[in-house]
Amino acid sequence: MKISGKIYIGIIFAMLYIPILVIIFFSFNSSNSMAVFSGFSLKWYGELFKNDKAIDALVNSLMLAVSSSLIATVLGTAAAVGIYNIKSKRAKTAVMTVTNIPMMNPDIVTGVSIMLLFAFAATLLKLEIFGFFTMLIAHITFNLPYVILCVMPKLKQMDKNLPEAAMDLGCTPLQAFFKAEFFEILPGIATGMLMAFTLSLDDFVISYFAAGESFQTLPIYIYSMTKRRVLPDMNALFSVIFIVIFALLLIRNLMTKDSSNVKKAVNR
Amino acid sequence: MRMENVLLRLENISVSFDDDLILNDISLEIKDKEFVTLLGPSGCGKTTTLRIIGGFVNPDAGNVYFNGVIMNDVPPYKRPVNTIFQKYALFPHLNVFENVAFGLRILKKPEKEIKQTVNEMLTLVNLSGFSTRNVSSLSGGQQQRVAIARALAVRPKILLLDEPLGALDLKLRKDMQVELKNIQQQLDITFIYVTHDQEEALSMSDTVVVMDNGCIQQIGSPLDIYNEPKNAFVADFIGESNILDAVMKEDYSVSFAGHIFKCLDSGFAEGEPADAVVRPEDIDLVEPEKGMLSGTVTSVTFRGVHFEIIVDIRGFKWMIQTTDYYPVGMSVGLVIGPDDIHIMKKSEYSGRFGDYSTYSDEIEELSENTEEEV
Repeated sequence: MKISGKIYIGIIFAMLYIPILVIIFFSFNSSNSMAVFSGFSLKWYGELFKNDKAIDALVNSLMLAVSSSLIATVLGTAAAVGIYNIKSKRAKTAVMTVTNIPMMNPDIVTGVSIMLLFAFAATLLKLEIFGFFTMLIAHITFNLPYVILCVMPKLKQMDKNLPEAAMDLGCTPLQAFFKAEFFEILPGIATGMLMAFTLSLDDFVISYFAAGESFQTLPIYIYSMTKRRVLPDMNALFSVIFIVIFALLLIRNLMTKDSSNVKKAVNR
Repeated sequence: MRMENVLLRLENISVSFDDDLILNDISLEIKDKEFVTLLGPSGCGKTTTLRIIGGFVNPDAGNVYFNGVIMNDVPPYKRPVNTIFQKYALFPHLNVFENVAFGLRILKKPEKEIKQTVNEMLTLVNLSGFSTRNVSSLSGGQQQRVAIARALAVRPKILLLDEPLGALDLKLRKDMQVELKNIQQQLDITFIYVTHDQEEALSMSDTVVVMDNGCIQQIGSPLDIYNEPKNAFVADFIGESNILDAVMKEDYSVSFAGHIFKCLDSGFAEGEPADAVVRPEDIDLVEPEKGMLSGTVTSVTFRGVHFEIIVDIRGFKWMIQTTDYYPVGMSVGLVIGPDDIHIMKKSEYSGRFGDYSTYSDEIEELSENTEEEV
């Protein structure tokens, strides 16, 4: 029983990670074959940095991911605190439901509806508005509920006397938030931001509809490449992205481990 | 003790949450430098009263005066009161020193003064040497002391304490009671203390405010509250009481349990129904034929200092505390002197308390009262 369980887990992890390992492996291939490994080389990493279009797309993606996740985190945290403090239970549930809809909504619906909204605005204003800002707005929109979802449980776990204690000692409500509450919900805010960042980085469907001709993110660039042939320098790019995301997750998990140790100490 | 001037006044305060009436027309005066305890079972509104004084709850009706000035709309951070919360609410991201310095930093005091005050406060609560410790590494009792130091550091006129000792074990609680009382006398400030523990209330307070069901039942010194309870609720909640249906025959004479007793109470109408309270420690036991009443022992419990025995007299179970042992089944006689009897007017609580036929259940109920209330 135990052995079969281990085999089962082994198969699952193999399914999940073998494709990624294959890509990393072949990113060091000296030829451009995806089937035959003809020798170790960093050639494709070099090629990658010479590929201006790919680097531009990567920079665009990162810029978009950083700015949209930062803005979504600020707005989402504020929204979570606001929703948490709603007195009426019914109003609270109603607001939370509305907040969750964009998460449940299929991306294709969100994408098309956002495109239609921007197209309408563009005709109204007689301006070419598609580009970074339309993408930014779209990404903030779909990131927001995830941030709220990450911050809310931390607020609920927090000793509700904590902000009161701060106010009792002379803080205005705003000071009380930044000097007491903020530190308690910080792990939730960090998780929310990381989640928003990764979601924004790999979103394709919504981005595809909100992007214009002028602004390409990495997923859109790669999609346009698949019409021809995907060169092995993409293997190099995927490897880099995978390692970065992996490192981010590792840091995040180590951070949560630390704070959970503190929690245990408090409860003791 | 100088306690002439009224420092805080609550006037006709009413509060309800979601259509539940939590406080019903409460009026209360608290004098300067007084140690006042709000005492009552959970859900009686004592914590809400404290939160109104702290500024965390706005009353639906009524006024809060501080030094004669109305302060209904003054936010918590501008009130000259500080609170010790039930679960301490220390800031986990700050060490002991910074927790105590928190209020002073908000007031933008100079660094030198902050250092001096914090060290003073930590010495006061016996925690000097702990300043760089993480608050989460402290025991419950130590965290409690940090909370006290933190609240006192900003020199409040009134300190509000919301069941501060509820989470501590019995021995530590007794020590902290003495320490809190010392701190209060040393700093010469007003303490308003919320508890459901009647012993705590009696041993620490200058004034006890007994509350139930959103109403104040009685305000008085611990002695008054114990010796002259106003109604059956107070008599039952504070200490142990046998409460009997009585009829006043005339001044200084009352009839209950089928016997006419001399008493010290007057001012009732002739034949007026009343409640008679007899404390279990005031009853003397004699041989059955020599007693004013007689009955059979139905249970004996050893309590250390005394035995607690239950005596059945015509269906009413009396509790009697005695240092002698009486076996179950023995017939005994009771002698009750005039100063052992206290007569109360009939109230909505009459008939609900004071019979020990369900004794063991009642003990369990009381120990459940520790859970948090609104």
